[in-house]
Amino acid sequence: MTGLAKAVQDANTPELRGFREVQRLAYACAEAVAGQLRSGVTEREAARMQRVWLRERGVRDWFHLPFAWFGDRTAFAGFKVPLQFFPTDRKLEPGMPFILDMAPVYKGFTADVGYAGCLGLNPLHDKLLADLEAHRELILREVRERRSLREIYEDVERLMTAQGYANRHRAYPFGVIAHKVDRVAERRWSPQVFGFGTQALKGLVSDALHGHREGWSPLWSPYRFSDHPPQPGLWAVEPHLGFRGTGAKFEEILVVTDSKDPEQSAFWLDDDLPHVRRWAEEKVAA
Amino acid sequence: MNLSQARERTVGTGGVELCVAELGDAGRPTVVLVHGYPDSKEVWSDVAVRLAEHWHVVLYDVRGHGRSTAPTPLRGGFTLEKLTDDFLAVIDTVSPDRPVHVVGHDWGSVQSWEFVTVGRTEGRIASFTSMSGPSLDHFGHWIKRRISRPTPRRVGQLLGQGAKSWYVYMLHTPVLPELAWRGPLGKHWPGILERLEKVPAGDYPTASLPNDAAHGAWLYRDNVRARLSRPRPDAYAHAPVQLITPTGDSFLSERLYDGLEDRVPTLVRRSLPAKHWVPRTRPDQLASWIDEFVTANESAARDGGPVQQTVAQGPYAERFGGQLILVTGAASGIGRATAFAFAEAGARIVAVDRDAEGAARTAEMARLIGAPAAWGEAVDVSDEAEMEKLAARVAAEYGIVDVLVNNAGIGLSGSFLETTSEEWKKVLDVNLWGVIHGCRFFGKQMADRGQGGHIVNTASAAAFQPSRVLPAYSTSKAAVLMLSECLRAELAEKSIGVSAICPGIVNTNITATTRFAGADAAEEERLQKRTSRLYGRRNYPPERVADAILRAVVRNQAVVPVTPEARGARLLSRLSPGTLRSVARLKPPL
Repeated sequence: MTGLAKAVQDANTPELRGFREVQRLAYACAEAVAGQLRSGVTEREAARMQRVWLRERGVRDWFHLPFAWFGDRTAFAGFKVPLQFFPTDRKLEPGMPFILDMAPVYKGFTADVGYAGCLGLNPLHDKLLADLEAHRELILREVRERRSLREIYEDVERLMTAQGYANRHRAYPFGVIAHKVDRVAERRWSPQVFGFGTQALKGLVSDALHGHREGWSPLWSPYRFSDHPPQPGLWAVEPHLGFRGTGAKFEEILVVTDSKDPEQSAFWLDDDLPHVRRWAEEKVAA
Repeated sequence: MNLSQARERTVGTGGVELCVAELGDAGRPTVVLVHGYPDSKEVWSDVAVRLAEHWHVVLYDVRGHGRSTAPTPLRGGFTLEKLTDDFLAVIDTVSPDRPVHVVGHDWGSVQSWEFVTVGRTEGRIASFTSMSGPSLDHFGHWIKRRISRPTPRRVGQLLGQGAKSWYVYMLHTPVLPELAWRGPLGKHWPGILERLEKVPAGDYPTASLPNDAAHGAWLYRDNVRARLSRPRPDAYAHAPVQLITPTGDSFLSERLYDGLEDRVPTLVRRSLPAKHWVPRTRPDQLASWIDEFVTANESAARDGGPVQQTVAQGPYAERFGGQLILVTGAASGIGRATAFAFAEAGARIVAVDRDAEGAARTAEMARLIGAPAAWGEAVDVSDEAEMEKLAARVAAEYGIVDVLVNNAGIGLSGSFLETTSEEWKKVLDVNLWGVIHGCRFFGKQMADRGQGGHIVNTASAAAFQPSRVLPAYSTSKAAVLMLSECLRAELAEKSIGVSAICPGIVNTNITATTRFAGADAAEEERLQKRTSRLYGRRNYPPERVADAILRAVVRNQAVVPVTPEARGARLLSRLSPGTLRSVARLKPPL
């Protein structure tokens, strides 16, 4: 990370440190649960393992409850209605890819992470994971260039197509590649609606209202309402590749500021994450 | 090498002398080829010489056939028990210490099923490849199941196979079959095979045919009634089996092998669009499948592990496993998705495109999802010389293409009056001439090989839907459609199928590269973006077109409209062309 970006982060220390802390916690959970996955574990069990792990460490509220997808469900094969995102009794088998996706709220800070892995060897899955790196670079570069979010979305999709993959984040609600996250008020009681925390949803809805008046949207989608330059704030970015029954994604927070300096105008909240370390290790190995 | 160079010997067993021929290095694992009825070992000549490059190939004339002597009396001399004695005598002579790989066709397969399901051959057979010959015991159970629990479908299957077995009833009549074979039938048989079964003329059938056929009638009389009425309950295979089913077999229904997995623990299924005499009509494909299966079982035996999964999974794996598929325009869109779909079925892929990087990428991904081999080739399909070179290179390095997919195409939109002659030339060069070059060079190789194949040409819904904004593109695609139909008529006699695929509005990057005649650069970019978004909103994935292509090849369909709008347009073009003409006048909202 460059000195300039660091300066911004230092300037926002308490704020960004809180987000970084919860994002690390979520990735630690993903790695811990992924390490415990065995053949025969179901998606429901994997989702519960994440929930329990995070509850034990003080998470009380959620942006959304943990998801787990196994096998061809990692590529959202045949998904037609949003209910299909919820964990099922699909069992994990050797060689199967899986994705763990969770968004805990911790001390009022939100994280939203996605962790792709597979049980045992799967060269195809390795390839997908490796090819995600180009997307992380592309997104940061174009956000710094202040391109319209809709155009960036299309460029990501174009890169996926060139790589031979299908864009699977299109399957998410509104087809989003990213959405804004923010601080969440800590309430003693925060129920969930369809797996989403009401406090966090409230924040998103109020952003949507503000944005609607000002001409931006907290949802980064392929549609016209995303045809605006990146809005300062924290964006949980989740490019999701699919290739014939195998899917892979990462999800992490991109910090966008209104700084004139390109380096400061956007940066990834944390570069010490499992997928980033994995790419670095692959480069060393190569 | 041919069969006349084989080392021959005679093996005596149970009062008959069997003529045994050997090819290839005797130190290699042994593959025994068993012929059917009314044949002699010469039916295998083309397959045997191909297999002899890697294996010790052994062929023998079944008792009473070819140069083996017949038992006396004939009645009771052809029971499956005696045929098993013969087989054991042969393999004890040619491969005393090592189990052998058996390959049987027709009655050779029927008797080989007996070999792999009786106890006394256990440990002597390493693998069995069966084609066009069921186990009589399995067949007996198959009939019993259908009689004891008749459903309309099962009764239909029973009647269907019953009708296909007409010759079995004839062979049970006394004397007449012998008279026919020694008389007119024997004389006309080669002609009948050539005409009805498409067996190429040559050194087969041999002069011994009338005697073979007359003696062989006892194969049926000695076994069929006995086994079908009282099938052995314990007929379980003790060796891995590869089942090759010709889909156009006039004598055996594909349904005969339903539920075979219950009695064969390790079963690999293959299917082949061909008629009954596959050893004569498809020697290349058979040799390559036998080779692959024997290799897999040999290495499993050597390493002591289970047999490696040699066949890809998926609905079309039986049909395309190991075949060579060439797809043009394979760096993106429908071409790439088609290459992947074939790769998933276990085919070898040649991905051709102008875009070398994209073609290489397609090949790389194809290998990751199941293609045993895949290559990217950077060629412009509109360049005749390049295509000719490509055809020569592919034939020399990878083999003859089994399925050719002429898919490369470019878009050109804009009114006729604003389209320049250069633009016309360009679109025709790629969309039409590209297909012509592909069909000429690769189609010729397929036809010369004479072992069937398939050509798929990507036309378009624009081939029957006229439009004021796509005159050049639609013209080129209509030409492709008609070319496919004509070619289909011509190549049918060579067992080469030709299909035209008419996708419709599919979400690929053709929109991003389409030329818009009469538009300046900025306007063109706007239109490309706009159409891309519209096509994106329609979001019909190229993978579904790829599925339609594989299905078209399997079913040998002539014209396949894919998306609902393409199917609708196709229907209207026949029912109410006037409606299509009115639609053609509309200006799309761009």
